[in-house]
Amino acid sequence: MPTTIDRTQLRKLADEGAQLVEVLPHQEYEAEHLPGAINIPLRQLDRTTTAQLDKSRPVIVYCYDYQ
Amino acid sequence: MSPRAAWRLESLGFTRVFDYAPGKLDWFSAGLPREGAMAGVPTLGTVARRDAMTCRLTEPISEIRARMPSEEVRPCVVVNDQRIVLGLVRTDALKADGQRTAEDVMLSGPVTFRPNVSLEEMASYMEGHGVRQALVTTSDGELLGMASREDVEKRRAGS
Repeated sequence: MPTTIDRTQLRKLADEGAQLVEVLPHQEYEAEHLPGAINIPLRQLDRTTTAQLDKSRPVIVYCYDYQ
Repeated sequence: MSPRAAWRLESLGFTRVFDYAPGKLDWFSAGLPREGAMAGVPTLGTVARRDAMTCRLTEPISEIRARMPSEEVRPCVVVNDQRIVLGLVRTDALKADGQRTAEDVMLSGPVTFRPNVSLEEMASYMEGHGVRQALVTTSDGELLGMASREDVEKRRAGS
Protein backbone atom coordinates (compact mmCIF):
# COMPACT_ATOMS: atom_id res chain seq x y z
CA MET A 1 0.00 0.00 0.00
CA PRO A 2 1.48 3.39 -0.96
CA THR A 3 2.45 5.65 1.92
CA THR A 4 1.40 9.28 1.96
CA ILE A 5 4.23 11.61 2.94
CA ASP A 6 4.76 15.29 3.67
CA ARG A 7 7.49 17.69 2.59
CA THR A 8 9.86 16.78 5.41
CA GLN A 9 9.60 13.07 4.67
CA LEU A 10 10.09 13.75 0.97
CA ARG A 11 13.36 15.56 1.61
CA LYS A 12 14.60 12.75 3.84
CA LEU A 13 13.73 10.07 1.27
CA ALA A 14 15.25 12.12 -1.55
CA ASP A 15 18.48 12.40 0.45
CA GLU A 16 18.44 8.61 0.72
CA GLY A 17 18.18 8.22 -3.05
CA ALA A 18 14.45 8.13 -3.72
CA GLN A 19 13.31 8.75 -7.27
CA LEU A 20 10.89 11.61 -7.82
CA VAL A 21 8.20 11.30 -10.47
CA GLU A 22 5.80 14.07 -11.47
CA VAL A 23 2.67 12.50 -12.96
CA LEU A 24 1.15 15.68 -14.39
CA PRO A 25 1.01 16.29 -18.16
CA HIS A 26 4.28 17.16 -19.86
CA GLN A 27 3.51 20.88 -20.31
CA GLU A 28 2.97 21.36 -16.60
CA TYR A 29 6.17 19.52 -15.81
CA GLU A 30 8.10 21.63 -18.32
CA ALA A 31 6.85 24.82 -16.71
CA GLU A 32 7.90 23.96 -13.16
CA HIS A 33 8.81 20.87 -11.23
CA LEU A 34 10.68 19.75 -8.14
CA PRO A 35 14.46 19.54 -8.48
CA GLY A 36 15.57 16.23 -9.91
CA ALA A 37 12.07 14.99 -10.76
CA ILE A 38 11.36 13.12 -13.96
CA ASN A 39 8.01 13.21 -15.75
CA ILE A 40 5.78 10.24 -16.44
CA PRO A 41 2.21 11.49 -16.93
CA LEU A 42 -0.41 9.30 -15.25
CA ARG A 43 -1.89 8.21 -18.57
CA GLN A 44 1.52 7.01 -19.74
CA LEU A 45 2.40 5.08 -16.61
CA ASP A 46 3.09 1.53 -17.80
CA ARG A 47 5.82 -1.13 -17.93
CA THR A 48 7.65 0.64 -20.73
CA THR A 49 7.75 4.14 -19.26
CA THR A 50 8.62 2.93 -15.77
CA ALA A 51 11.51 0.80 -17.03
CA GLN A 52 13.75 3.82 -16.40
CA LEU A 53 13.02 3.57 -12.67
CA ASP A 54 15.05 1.45 -10.27
CA LYS A 55 12.72 -0.93 -8.43
CA SER A 56 15.18 -1.36 -5.59
CA ARG A 57 14.94 2.33 -4.64
CA PRO A 58 11.94 4.22 -3.24
CA VAL A 59 9.74 6.04 -5.74
CA ILE A 60 7.87 9.22 -4.81
CA VAL A 61 5.03 10.39 -7.01
CA TYR A 62 3.38 13.79 -6.88
CA CYS A 63 1.00 16.01 -8.83
CA TYR A 64 -0.18 19.58 -8.17
CA ASP A 65 -1.97 19.22 -4.85
CA TYR A 66 -4.55 16.96 -3.20
CA GLN A 67 -6.43 16.44 -6.47
CA MET B 1 -4.06 12.00 -9.38
CA SER B 2 -0.92 11.01 -7.46
CA PRO B 3 -2.71 8.35 -5.32
CA ARG B 4 -3.75 6.56 -8.51
CA ALA B 5 -0.22 6.85 -9.86
CA ALA B 6 1.14 5.36 -6.63
CA TRP B 7 -1.24 2.40 -6.81
CA ARG B 8 -0.44 1.91 -10.49
CA LEU B 9 3.27 1.72 -9.66
CA GLU B 10 2.56 -0.91 -7.05
CA SER B 11 0.64 -2.91 -9.65
CA LEU B 12 3.76 -2.72 -11.82
CA GLY B 13 5.89 -4.35 -9.15
CA PHE B 14 7.29 -1.36 -7.26
CA THR B 15 7.34 -2.12 -3.55
CA ARG B 16 8.50 1.15 -1.98
CA VAL B 17 6.06 3.73 -3.33
CA PHE B 18 5.34 7.06 -1.63
CA ASP B 19 2.73 9.65 -2.47
CA TYR B 20 3.66 13.27 -1.81
CA ALA B 21 -0.03 14.20 -1.72
CA PRO B 22 0.39 17.94 -0.96
CA GLY B 23 2.15 18.11 -4.33
CA LYS B 24 4.18 20.81 -5.95
CA LEU B 25 1.86 23.55 -4.73
CA ASP B 26 3.02 22.72 -1.21
CA TRP B 27 6.67 22.62 -2.29
CA PHE B 28 6.58 25.94 -4.13
CA SER B 29 4.55 27.65 -1.43
CA ALA B 30 7.31 26.77 1.00
CA GLY B 31 9.71 28.78 -1.16
CA LEU B 32 11.78 25.72 -2.03
CA PRO B 33 13.84 25.42 -5.25
CA ARG B 34 12.11 24.94 -8.58
CA GLU B 35 13.27 23.65 -11.94
CA GLY B 36 11.72 24.24 -15.36
CA ALA B 37 11.01 26.98 -17.88
CA MET B 38 9.16 29.15 -15.34
CA ALA B 39 11.56 28.59 -12.49
CA GLY B 40 13.47 31.80 -13.17
CA VAL B 41 10.39 34.03 -13.27
CA PRO B 42 10.44 36.32 -10.22
CA THR B 43 7.71 35.72 -7.67
CA LEU B 44 6.76 37.33 -4.39
CA GLY B 45 9.31 35.16 -2.62
CA THR B 46 12.02 36.61 -4.84
CA VAL B 47 11.37 40.18 -3.75
CA ALA B 48 10.52 39.55 -0.09
CA ARG B 49 13.08 41.11 2.21
CA ARG B 50 14.40 38.51 4.60
CA ASP B 51 15.39 41.11 7.18
CA ALA B 52 11.84 41.84 8.28
CA MET B 53 11.81 43.09 11.84
CA THR B 54 10.39 40.56 14.31
CA CYS B 55 9.45 40.47 17.97
CA ARG B 56 7.85 38.16 20.52
CA LEU B 57 4.40 38.49 22.06
CA THR B 58 5.80 39.68 25.39
CA GLU B 59 8.26 42.28 24.13
CA PRO B 60 7.46 45.81 25.37
CA ILE B 61 6.81 48.43 22.71
CA SER B 62 9.62 50.57 24.17
CA GLU B 63 12.13 47.79 23.41
CA ILE B 64 10.83 47.29 19.89
CA ARG B 65 11.16 51.03 19.27
CA ALA B 66 14.71 50.96 20.64
CA ARG B 67 15.68 48.23 18.16
CA MET B 68 14.13 50.09 15.22
CA PRO B 69 16.64 51.52 12.74
CA SER B 70 16.74 55.29 13.24
CA GLU B 71 16.21 56.10 9.57
CA GLU B 72 12.83 54.42 9.23
CA VAL B 73 9.92 53.16 11.27
CA ARG B 74 8.90 49.70 10.10
CA PRO B 75 6.10 47.34 11.03
CA CYS B 76 7.22 44.51 13.29
CA VAL B 77 6.13 40.91 12.77
CA VAL B 78 5.18 39.02 15.94
CA VAL B 79 6.49 35.45 15.75
CA ASN B 80 6.98 32.49 18.06
CA ASP B 81 10.09 30.31 18.47
CA GLN B 82 9.29 28.51 15.21
CA ARG B 83 8.99 31.85 13.37
CA ILE B 84 5.27 31.27 12.90
CA VAL B 85 3.49 34.58 12.34
CA LEU B 86 1.14 35.40 15.21
CA GLY B 87 0.51 39.06 14.54
CA LEU B 88 1.75 42.36 13.20
CA VAL B 89 2.62 45.54 15.08
CA ARG B 90 1.87 48.32 12.64
CA THR B 91 3.89 51.51 12.65
CA ASP B 92 1.08 53.54 14.21
CA ALA B 93 0.80 51.00 17.04
CA LEU B 94 4.45 51.66 17.88
CA LYS B 95 3.37 55.06 19.21
CA ALA B 96 1.52 53.32 22.04
CA ASP B 97 2.57 53.43 25.69
CA GLY B 98 6.04 51.82 25.84
CA GLN B 99 5.04 49.58 28.73
CA ARG B 100 2.48 47.77 26.62
CA THR B 101 3.54 44.59 24.86
CA ALA B 102 3.44 43.51 21.25
CA GLU B 103 0.52 41.23 22.10
CA ASP B 104 -1.44 44.21 23.49
CA VAL B 105 -1.22 46.27 20.32
CA MET B 106 -0.72 43.76 17.50
CA LEU B 107 -3.09 43.01 14.69
CA SER B 108 -3.90 39.33 15.13
CA GLY B 109 -3.92 36.97 12.17
CA PRO B 110 -2.63 39.39 9.54
CA VAL B 111 -3.10 38.49 5.90
CA THR B 112 -0.15 36.54 4.57
CA PHE B 113 0.91 35.47 1.09
CA ARG B 114 2.83 32.49 -0.29
CA PRO B 115 6.21 33.00 -1.98
CA ASN B 116 5.02 31.48 -5.26
CA VAL B 117 2.43 34.23 -5.86
CA SER B 118 3.20 36.03 -9.14
CA LEU B 119 4.25 39.67 -9.00
CA GLU B 120 1.36 40.61 -11.30
CA GLU B 121 -1.12 39.00 -8.95
CA MET B 122 0.48 40.67 -5.94
CA ALA B 123 0.59 44.10 -7.57
CA SER B 124 -3.06 43.82 -8.50
CA TYR B 125 -4.02 42.80 -4.95
CA MET B 126 -1.98 45.60 -3.40
CA GLU B 127 -3.53 48.18 -5.68
CA GLY B 128 -7.05 46.85 -5.21
CA HIS B 129 -6.83 46.65 -1.43
CA GLY B 130 -4.58 49.61 -0.71
CA VAL B 131 -1.93 47.32 0.75
CA ARG B 132 1.60 48.70 1.13
CA GLN B 133 3.35 45.69 2.66
CA ALA B 134 2.86 41.96 2.18
CA LEU B 135 3.87 39.38 4.74
CA VAL B 136 5.30 36.32 3.02
CA THR B 137 5.09 32.96 4.77
CA THR B 138 5.26 29.29 3.91
CA SER B 139 2.00 27.36 3.83
CA ASP B 140 2.83 26.35 7.42
CA GLY B 141 2.82 29.98 8.51
CA GLU B 142 6.58 30.38 8.90
CA LEU B 143 7.80 33.89 8.16
CA LEU B 144 9.95 34.20 5.05
CA GLY B 145 10.00 37.98 4.74
CA MET B 146 8.14 41.12 3.86
CA ALA B 147 7.63 42.72 0.46
CA SER B 148 6.65 46.33 -0.08
CA ARG B 149 4.53 47.58 -2.93
CA GLU B 150 7.58 49.50 -4.11
CA ASP B 151 9.67 46.29 -4.17
CA VAL B 152 6.99 44.53 -6.21
CA GLU B 153 6.58 47.39 -8.70
CA LYS B 154 10.32 47.88 -9.11
CA ARG B 155 10.87 44.21 -9.87
CA ARG B 156 7.97 44.14 -12.30
CA ALA B 157 9.49 47.12 -14.09
CA GLY B 158 12.74 45.17 -14.27
CA SER B 159 14.83 47.46 -12.11
